[in-house]
Amino acid sequence: MNRRLFLKSSAVAMFGVGTAPAWLSRALYAADAPSARKKVLITVFQRGAVDGLNMVVPFGDKNYYSLRPTIAIPNTAVLDLDGFFGLHPSLAPLKPIYTSGHMAIVDAVGSPDPTRSHFDAQDYMESGTPGRKSTTDGWLNRTLAPVRENKSPVRAVGLGTALPRALRGRNEAVAISTVADFQVRDARGAETFESMYASTLDRTLNGAAKDTFDAVRLMKSIQKTPYVPAAGAKYPGSRFGRGMEQIARLIKSDIGLEVAFTDIGGWDTHVNQIAAQPTAGQLANLLGDFGNTLGAFYQDMGDRMSDIVIVTMSEFGRTARENGTRGTDHGHANAMFVMGGSVRGGKVYGEWPGLEREQLYEGRDLALTTDFRDVLGELVTRHLGNRDVTTIFPGYRPGKSLAIL
Amino acid sequence: MRLALSAFLCAGLIVPLAGFGKLQNKARKPDNDAKLFQKKLSKDDQLRHALDRLTFGPRPGDFEAAKKLGLKKWLDRQLHPEKIKENPTLAARLQPLDSLRMTGAEIARNYPPQQLIRQVANGRLPMPEDPVLRAAVQRMVKRYNARKGTEEKDDKVEPARPLTDVLAPAEIRTLRNGKPDEKRELIASMPEDKLDDALIAMAPGIRQQLFNIVNEDTRRKILLLTTPQQLISYDLNTGKLYRAMFSNRQLEELMVDFWYNHFNVYLDKGADRYMVPAYEREAIRPHVLGNFREMLGATAHSPAMLFYLDNWQSVFVTPNPRAPRRNARGLNENYARELLELHTLGVEGGYTQKDIVEVARCFTGWTIRNLQQDGAFFYNDRVHDKGEKVVLGVTIPAGGNQSDGEKVLDILSTHASTARFVSRKLAMRFVADEPPAQLIDRMAATFTKSGGDIRQVMKTMLESKEFMSAGAVHSKVKTPFEMVVSAVRALDAQVEFVSTLAIQLNTLGQPLYRKQEPTGYSTANAEWVNSAALLARMNFALALAQNKIAGIKVDAEKFSYPQVSKATQAAIDNAMKDKTPTPALAAGLIIGSPEFQRR
Repeated sequence: MNRRLFLKSSAVAMFGVGTAPAWLSRALYAADAPSARKKVLITVFQRGAVDGLNMVVPFGDKNYYSLRPTIAIPNTAVLDLDGFFGLHPSLAPLKPIYTSGHMAIVDAVGSPDPTRSHFDAQDYMESGTPGRKSTTDGWLNRTLAPVRENKSPVRAVGLGTALPRALRGRNEAVAISTVADFQVRDARGAETFESMYASTLDRTLNGAAKDTFDAVRLMKSIQKTPYVPAAGAKYPGSRFGRGMEQIARLIKSDIGLEVAFTDIGGWDTHVNQIAAQPTAGQLANLLGDFGNTLGAFYQDMGDRMSDIVIVTMSEFGRTARENGTRGTDHGHANAMFVMGGSVRGGKVYGEWPGLEREQLYEGRDLALTTDFRDVLGELVTRHLGNRDVTTIFPGYRPGKSLAIL
Repeated sequence: MRLALSAFLCAGLIVPLAGFGKLQNKARKPDNDAKLFQKKLSKDDQLRHALDRLTFGPRPGDFEAAKKLGLKKWLDRQLHPEKIKENPTLAARLQPLDSLRMTGAEIARNYPPQQLIRQVANGRLPMPEDPVLRAAVQRMVKRYNARKGTEEKDDKVEPARPLTDVLAPAEIRTLRNGKPDEKRELIASMPEDKLDDALIAMAPGIRQQLFNIVNEDTRRKILLLTTPQQLISYDLNTGKLYRAMFSNRQLEELMVDFWYNHFNVYLDKGADRYMVPAYEREAIRPHVLGNFREMLGATAHSPAMLFYLDNWQSVFVTPNPRAPRRNARGLNENYARELLELHTLGVEGGYTQKDIVEVARCFTGWTIRNLQQDGAFFYNDRVHDKGEKVVLGVTIPAGGNQSDGEKVLDILSTHASTARFVSRKLAMRFVADEPPAQLIDRMAATFTKSGGDIRQVMKTMLESKEFMSAGAVHSKVKTPFEMVVSAVRALDAQVEFVSTLAIQLNTLGQPLYRKQEPTGYSTANAEWVNSAALLARMNFALALAQNKIAGIKVDAEKFSYPQVSKATQAAIDNAMKDKTPTPALAAGLIIGSPEFQRR
């Protein structure tokens, strides 16, 4: 029995003939027609401000080496992309994806707000409103079109125990640690709660509970078979690796996932960013996890990548010059990765502002030439088909198109 | 009065716990049905409603006690908490939580955040005197030096004295392989000095195993030896939960929760880690039923708020086109914006972007002295904008000083929009998501007439027909914090420690003191009923009743089952049918029921 047939029959078993929710049967039928599959946007946040200049190395800019005498990645070690930029060697799994044209890089990109506070900068990037703190919802939530009926309970998923800022808002979004955890742990309790909430006259709770138990059943049906990544893909056992594996599983189950958010922390490398060699140490290890995970995901998804776009971001970059403790301090602009079947990859987008002293932002950081909302706005419009960019990013006027998609 | 499980399952005789009156069985109309706000309640229902709304949930016996006192008297006492004798248990429980009584500077010294370790390492700050603290700080300094490369890389910092010098071999064996009770006994038998030495000397793994079985003092020491800064969060969480659970001044505690949330500060933003305890204690708590202007002023002066909303960095720089300064800080509007939007006028309160800038100019120079060490309010006249400002049509003449900011606070606290905004927010917490407009009018009028006397505004609300109406009863979904505390209270649980409940609150979506945005947590029903949150509530309810949450002991057999709807009753009866009825499951199902999610 193939997977889709299995899903369908187990759905019938779950809900009984004729009682499966319409959105589910729609999702299942859609699963038979590749063109009707949901487009998915996955956001990966590198919390703590990754050192963009050692992640996407401007080895063709001589100032890079004079600014970073100890921690620079030697040009012999970088994975050359175009003769000027190269990837950190720990990102080797991403190189073939870039070369095949399914991954693009945007450099000198980020939030225009000048703050160097992790807290404020992350908040601004997740709310999508730099400089404005009281925005209560997140940009990713605002990308969801309101759906009244038959909406999938797992349209929007955040990995982890708490719903991330970017996903909070009017549209339903769920935080899921693992697919297996999304349930009432006591079987008798689960059954009883369901009938209790189904028959309550409390309309608010009745409606919410119905969605909840639908989602629980879905998660259960997904778990009937252990998840085996395709094409021998191997996800790292890290928190980020396991998170992306959960997302892969949700996507392949065709249960209506539209947007997902996950994060990977530890990038705040003020001290000893490198070990004995610049290609080893804290940053190298983290990038290894980051690259291996994204590489495994790409491999696992195979042709499905045509429905998927992954975008990565970090709250700000780090100082162009290394500090006195073999690390870097809080900076300004950074680099973003965009991966997906429809991406016009194999290219580094954005204008390179240079690393001469007068070219640096406030004399110390990589200057910003592309607003992160230009990138996200384009993904939302061209990938998700939501043209209402001014609602998703209030107060923002889109700049010139990057044409990444 | 207690009912056995069998009686409950027979479903005949049920003693309504306060808050679960007959109204429960009727359909909830849309939450803002106007007619319901005119519908009166029976005397008993009024009392149940008051207990549901003005406390963190009734405990067994609360209804009877309040009835004996009479509703009017009960309300009056809650509005004057100083008239209520505080529960002695509470004082005893708060005693070990010493950071709650410290200034920011004392906390920084005793529970140094990471950024202070550097100063200790460089000898610019003294080592703490307490031996446990000193050991913790020494370890961190050593770790810091190792990272900096000034010391041999050494992940395992050797304890000052080996454990074998401190304890006898038999004692060490007990610590390693003993049963929890044996370990508990051993720890309890040690004099304090010996215990300190042993805790410092033992391996982290062994220490961690003691966490759940020792008393509060020792538990804090264990935490201290791991990460000193965590103590601040531990004390804050524990203190807030204990007060909500055990205080006799329930309304006052609800108001502290309300106003802290109104003037929200995020614990994990940098220096706020050690400024929040004093902020809640000094800027919020004394004013929760007092004067609004005074509370507004206290928050505006507090280093916690100045830091959280960046005003401490907001300065006036004389424009000098010939010598533009690099890295020059300038005007920061964050505090000004939130002051207008969230603290006073409300987003539709009738101000412009120009007003925000003018207000920000008035507050230039309101900063923090010695952020890293002392952290006190400081007005720096040198960076104050001396020009004329116009705020909401009122001219503040040039040449002013700190008084410019005070004038702004005067204008805002007496503005009609503030009276309405604050009244409406209180009514949304205490009456309904969409409180009747006429009620807001009356509350706002009281606010203005009384010069912002919060107690008077509360009195107007609590004595209104709208508050004591069918429209208000059970119209609110409990926040996770309210749900967790009300469950512990309803179950009359034995509470040993509550850090596990603080962790539950993270999962439930309401980590205490950790709302990032200055908006604070929403009290709107819709905010708290999404799928993941609902599942988390059900799991929490079952875990709590089945004694799976360390630190909290529930005797489900003694649980006084509240009356629930027929539907809920039927579902539970059905769960017990043909199976051995388990009191814990039944209690968990009640706590997780739709009825219990409302207040």
